[in-house]
Amino acid sequence: MLAFIIRRLFGAIPVVALVALIIFCLLYFAPGDPATIIAGDLATPEEIDRIRVALGLDQPFHVRLGIFLLNLVKGDLGTSIFSNLPVTHLIAQRLEPTFSLGVLTVLLSVVVAVPLGALAAWRARRAVDRLALVVSVLGFSVPVFVVGYLLIWVFAIKLAWFPVQGYTPLSHGVGPWLSNLVLPTLSLGMVYIALITRITRAGVLEVLSQDYIRTARAKGMGDRVIIWRHALRNAAVPIATVVGIGVALLLGGVVVTETVFAIPGVGRLLVDAILRRDYPIIQGVILLLAGIYIIVNLCVDISYAIFDPRIRY
Amino acid sequence: MEQTVLSVRNLTTSFARDGLWQPVVRNLSFDIRPRETLAIVGESGSGKSVTALSIMRLLPPTNSRIAGSINLMGRDLLRLPDEEMRRIRGNEVAMIFQEPMTSLNPVLPVGFQIVEALMLHRGLTRVEAEAETVRLFDKVRIPAAKSRLGEYPHRFSGGMRQRVMIAMALACKPKLLIADEPTTALDVTIQAQTLELIKTLQAEEGMSVLFITHDMGVVAEIADRMLVMYHGDVVETGETAEVFRNPCKPYTRALLSAVPQLGSMTGRERPMRFPVVDIKTGEADTPVETPDTIAQADRPVLEVRGLTTRFDIRSGILRKPAGCVHAVENVSFSVQPGETLSLVGESGCGKSTTGRSILRLIEPRAGTILVEGTNILSSSARALSEARKKMQMIFQDPFASLNPRIKVGNAIAEPFLVNRMGTRAQARDKVADLLVRVGLKPEMASRYPHEFSGGQRQRICIARALAVEPKLIIADEAVSALDVSIKAQVVNLMLDLQASLGLAYLFISHDMAVVERLSHRVAVMYLGEMVEIGPRAAVFGNPQHPYTKRLLSAVPVPDPARRRMARSISNAEIKSPVRRLDYIPPVREYREVSAGHLVQSWGEEWAA
Repeated sequence: MLAFIIRRLFGAIPVVALVALIIFCLLYFAPGDPATIIAGDLATPEEIDRIRVALGLDQPFHVRLGIFLLNLVKGDLGTSIFSNLPVTHLIAQRLEPTFSLGVLTVLLSVVVAVPLGALAAWRARRAVDRLALVVSVLGFSVPVFVVGYLLIWVFAIKLAWFPVQGYTPLSHGVGPWLSNLVLPTLSLGMVYIALITRITRAGVLEVLSQDYIRTARAKGMGDRVIIWRHALRNAAVPIATVVGIGVALLLGGVVVTETVFAIPGVGRLLVDAILRRDYPIIQGVILLLAGIYIIVNLCVDISYAIFDPRIRY
Repeated sequence: MEQTVLSVRNLTTSFARDGLWQPVVRNLSFDIRPRETLAIVGESGSGKSVTALSIMRLLPPTNSRIAGSINLMGRDLLRLPDEEMRRIRGNEVAMIFQEPMTSLNPVLPVGFQIVEALMLHRGLTRVEAEAETVRLFDKVRIPAAKSRLGEYPHRFSGGMRQRVMIAMALACKPKLLIADEPTTALDVTIQAQTLELIKTLQAEEGMSVLFITHDMGVVAEIADRMLVMYHGDVVETGETAEVFRNPCKPYTRALLSAVPQLGSMTGRERPMRFPVVDIKTGEADTPVETPDTIAQADRPVLEVRGLTTRFDIRSGILRKPAGCVHAVENVSFSVQPGETLSLVGESGCGKSTTGRSILRLIEPRAGTILVEGTNILSSSARALSEARKKMQMIFQDPFASLNPRIKVGNAIAEPFLVNRMGTRAQARDKVADLLVRVGLKPEMASRYPHEFSGGQRQRICIARALAVEPKLIIADEAVSALDVSIKAQVVNLMLDLQASLGLAYLFISHDMAVVERLSHRVAVMYLGEMVEIGPRAAVFGNPQHPYTKRLLSAVPVPDPARRRMARSISNAEIKSPVRRLDYIPPVREYREVSAGHLVQSWGEEWAA
């Protein structure tokens, strides 16, 4: 197992390198000149050239790539063209809200969807199952921003249970932190609840037709024990896969959710950076996300071995 | 008169199909007395398994309906509420299933799967239950019981898993054990061990056993009384010895005469058809010996020399080979045109790998394979596809080896068209001709595989193999999955095709009785090596190698009068051909016993 983790981590190095190369190229060839943007509308061509030289934008491709990669290895993602602050610092500032939102969303989705899916499978083609189906279809089809504004209107404006927007750091107490995150988590989690419910239902339903479930019933085991102890663990591998993919897909939702609920997170940072063509920040955020994907995938692979003793790496 | 343990009266079980209730078991009545073994015998679709599941009430309540009465020591199981029925399952009535590989939960330790039953029914604590499980493991003779408790099912062989199932069934000292084909999926030597174990434990525990099987050999071995079922109806019931000696009903006679019997070929040289019995009258035809099909003077269709196939086992950070599966080790033989050579042996002996290596479906490590003189291991891709035209393969599972979305006519025409042997119109004629040859109708070409029974599908697979007019057919357990009567028909078809087309067969099988019937020569494999090869009469009549002897003596004999004396239960598992990297296969010597009968010289390990 340790050998597998080490092998996978080594395998991640070329992936990260490739991602670094791709994002560098993408931005190198992208239209729009940051020097022009920084200099502003009234700048003279000489001023723009000066800024370009200062930023190293006049260097040839391979020199700029070399500098970029060298700094990357040193853990230096450069400084923001706009604010002149180190990118690592800017990202670190924004990490907590995004991380809170992401983790809470995944937790909520799993805690709600897995039992719901198992219940739907156990009571397949009955009322509970159909209800779960309706919930899933709604979750799939209503976009995040619609759900978000709807939740704000009902729970923040009409009922005033939660704040409308904003974010309170965890250091100010769990209560305020959570009350700000309830609505964003709910709206972002909808689609994952829908997805994981369907996958769980399908997985458990298939497991329930297996021989060893018949064996468990022949032993006199009750339905509850059979679902929780015998069936769910066997269905866990596809569920873990989907949860992993869900984390990867979360990003798109995070950007929208952070915008709707005015949460100062990495998603907003990225959107702002794109609008300003702040290259170093864009590069930094994409690299961070690539790193997260790699770690999540590794965790998913490890979880396979935990759920299923037959899987050994 | 002792009270009966189980008394079934007018049991009728129906399934909902297309909105209609169709009975699959009709008016079944029987009794099981204390310490008695009743065998329910029948072919697939006879309703024997449904009977077992009805007694346990394990059928899905939404689309099944059970009527009649099932009386277990004074209580009618069909009238019990679900909650009470659960207390009976696994406690007073326990069940063992056919597939040991899939009947245990793969993600729970084997010990725990017994512990949970003990905690549920006997109210033991975790610690007590674990101690009791160790005792049960010892009872079913699982070696090193204590240390194996925490292991997962995939670490156990099929035979050992079935022992875990038996231990689980015995956990709460049931009054009745229902065993649904418990030995069908096991190798013959393991089957013999398992039957022996069930008999011994039955005597120790004083249980009654309801034994469900299709295998007359097993019935003869274990049952006090038997009940024959056909399409949901009882055909005949009585004392086992009496039914075997004097079957009253035509169907029973048909079933008994279709059973391949080891030793029935003594004194004959050539293969023989199975007798065909009319199910209505019970009259059997007298099979004749097949004509001499072997072209001795010709060059062999297949010559295999020193065939070796190994698989690396890799591990560690750099995935370096850590060991090696010696699946096929230095195997040599040849097959004449029109001859049947059978490869026999148990799971993991390399017989299937040999078959696949010959077609280069698996790439062998070393050796030569001459197909009509061309070495296909050194030949180009083009020459290989030429050679594959001369050899075709039929597989075990006729359900899995036909694509469900391709019409059978197209499936049969495909090899013909792929090999550019003619136009589409010619292919159509060919398909019609082949379907007739394998005993089907030309108009069936436009149907899909699911519209056919297992036996018909295997005929389709044979037709598909014949489409390229091969010289040799490699049949990998081709009849093992079929019911006895169907098995007999397919074997007869294969013999007829051999006579009319001069086909050679490489028949890979673990079923010694079928092999005896249709082979000219037999090769016995063990752990990847060939231990004995020779004319069928010589190998069966005068087996030399200890493994051949063990294999032959383990085959159940369908004759209750020859029931074996209780023997000590051997724990020998089939060994594994996984070796360390530095393993150098010993140089084997072969001794010629009689003309063409070669035996590997064996060493210390067979001394006992």
